Amino acid sequence: MKHVVVIGGGVAGMQCASELARQGVAATILEKESDLGGKVRNWHKLFPTFTPAEELLSALRLRIAEQPHIKVMTGCEAENISPRKVVLKSGEEIECDAVVIATGYTLFDARIKEEYGYGIYDNVITSADLEQMFNRGEVFLTHGGKPRRIAILHCVGSRDEKVCQRHCSKVCCVTGVKQAIELKQMFPDADVFNFYMDIRMFGPGYEEMYREAQQKYNVHFVRGRISEVSPTIDNRLQLKAEDTLTGRPLKMGVDMLVLLIGMKANDMNAELESQSNLRLQPSGFMQPRDSFLGNTESQIGGIFYAGTVTSPKNARESLNEAVAAARSAVAWLNNK
Amino acid sequence: MINFGFSISKPRAIDIDRNNLRKSNEIMREMPELQACIGCGTCTATCTAGNLTEFNFRKVHTLVRRGEYQGAYEEMNKCMLCGKCRLLCPRGINTRGVVMLIKRKLGDF
Ligand SMILES: Cc1cc2nc3c(=O)[nH]c(=O)nc-3n(C[C@H](O)[C@H](O)[C@H](O)COP(=O)(O)OP(=O)(O)OC[C@H]3O[C@@H](n4cnc5c(N)ncnc54)[C@H](O)[C@@H]3O)c2cc1C
Ligand code: SF4
Ligand code: SF4
Ligand code: SF4
Repeated sequence: MKHVVVIGGGVAGMQCASELARQGVAATILEKESDLGGKVRNWHKLFPTFTPAEELLSALRLRIAEQPHIKVMTGCEAENISPRKVVLKSGEEIECDAVVIATGYTLFDARIKEEYGYGIYDNVITSADLEQMFNRGEVFLTHGGKPRRIAILHCVGSRDEKVCQRHCSKVCCVTGVKQAIELKQMFPDADVFNFYMDIRMFGPGYEEMYREAQQKYNVHFVRGRISEVSPTIDNRLQLKAEDTLTGRPLKMGVDMLVLLIGMKANDMNAELESQSNLRLQPSGFMQPRDSFLGNTESQIGGIFYAGTVTSPKNARESLNEAVAAARSAVAWLNNK
Repeated sequence: MINFGFSISKPRAIDIDRNNLRKSNEIMREMPELQACIGCGTCTATCTAGNLTEFNFRKVHTLVRRGEYQGAYEEMNKCMLCGKCRLLCPRGINTRGVVMLIKRKLGDF
């Protein structure tokens, strides 16, 4: 039986391994964390359907459990990758016939955008923090109490030369709209303002969700990027932006600020480039062999890509690409 | 007092905390479809009045939504109620109705 190592046990890696096994190829998933699931493990409900993230993960876990030829190794970080061998951080070597890289992305560290005060002022949180609060079933201010006015800021750590992240992270606009709706459901009397540069609603049902946020939930959308945040004497946050559609500066106090952090390329990608002759895009994400017909292949025969390791994607795209990557790998193994 | 020719400019910023949003909230409650505006400017592009005067329908109704009522009634008076904007709005907003609602609400401003 041929054997493929899948590096990364996020939704892409899980889906890829299950497809490989279905095609009669043994798969080993290497996951550095103690559990499978990747970032989706931290999310509460998934846009655009508000499906509990746990529902997707348990379906994927079941697919893996059903396949006797999938081996899961958690707590194992891959360090050196070649088509026939993967070396772990521990020094252990795993032989194989091909490799799928499904190492995903890194969340942007919001502390780098100091002007927004993450980690400095109370009640400045990230979209990822808010998902955790939703998971715990409670959203409250640092000193207790409910927020009456909440601002959500788009493009934090994306589309920003100042932090060397020029690309659009693609999923944060729709996450911001989803979270605005969830906040309004929790606090119907609160005012929610989304500050955006562009609203990018690329997927099926996304534009409809945006409209629902506006019309049904009365979420306010202000086209303008917040320039800075400062704390007020009564423990609120003062924001400054331009309301570009009226051409006037705008300021307001809010109780809570949610930063929609972007998807950043893993640091490991640069090592892959120098180690294994794989190519990077200017964004730092891996460059597939061909953008149209070789989207899940690398420049090296026997190394494939699945999921967000090549660019920001939503879960659905990551899952679909994982199937495509598995099939490319199987076709390659059969033609060798 | 000697006039040195200096003066203090009024702050230009829209201050959401100071603005009285009561009228704006009323307008949105009576015509929630206005909340769906995406600021595309199609209404202003086609506007008969806007092509002949400084009237910018999109900008005026956006200002009203932020609680900036000063001059809005007078601005809306420039509208000829021709209804062209309503034919084009991609969000299907009854824009002509917005003009009339704002005038009705802000008549005493
Ligand atoms: C705030 C936020 C909210 C989101 N909400 C949604 C949503 O509602 N709906 C939706 O469709 N999408 C959502 N997304 C996008 C979603 O998170 C991604 O599409 C998905 O996580 C991609 O899966 P992945 O497997 O490619 O990557 P990841 O989830 O990043 O998984 C990669 C895995 O690889 C492991 N790994 C990395 N390097 C190594 C290594 N060297 N060795 C071993 N293991 C390694 C990591 O530990 C991780 O488990 C959201 C994204 C953000 C930022
Ligand atoms: S998806 Fe939206 S919030 Fe995210 S980087 Fe792109 S434009 Fe900005
Ligand atoms: S109805 Fe008024 S705002 Fe609309 S196009 Fe005619 S003049 Fe302009
Ligand atoms: S055409 Fe409609 S959506 Fe576009 S700016 Fe005018 S009112 Fe808003």
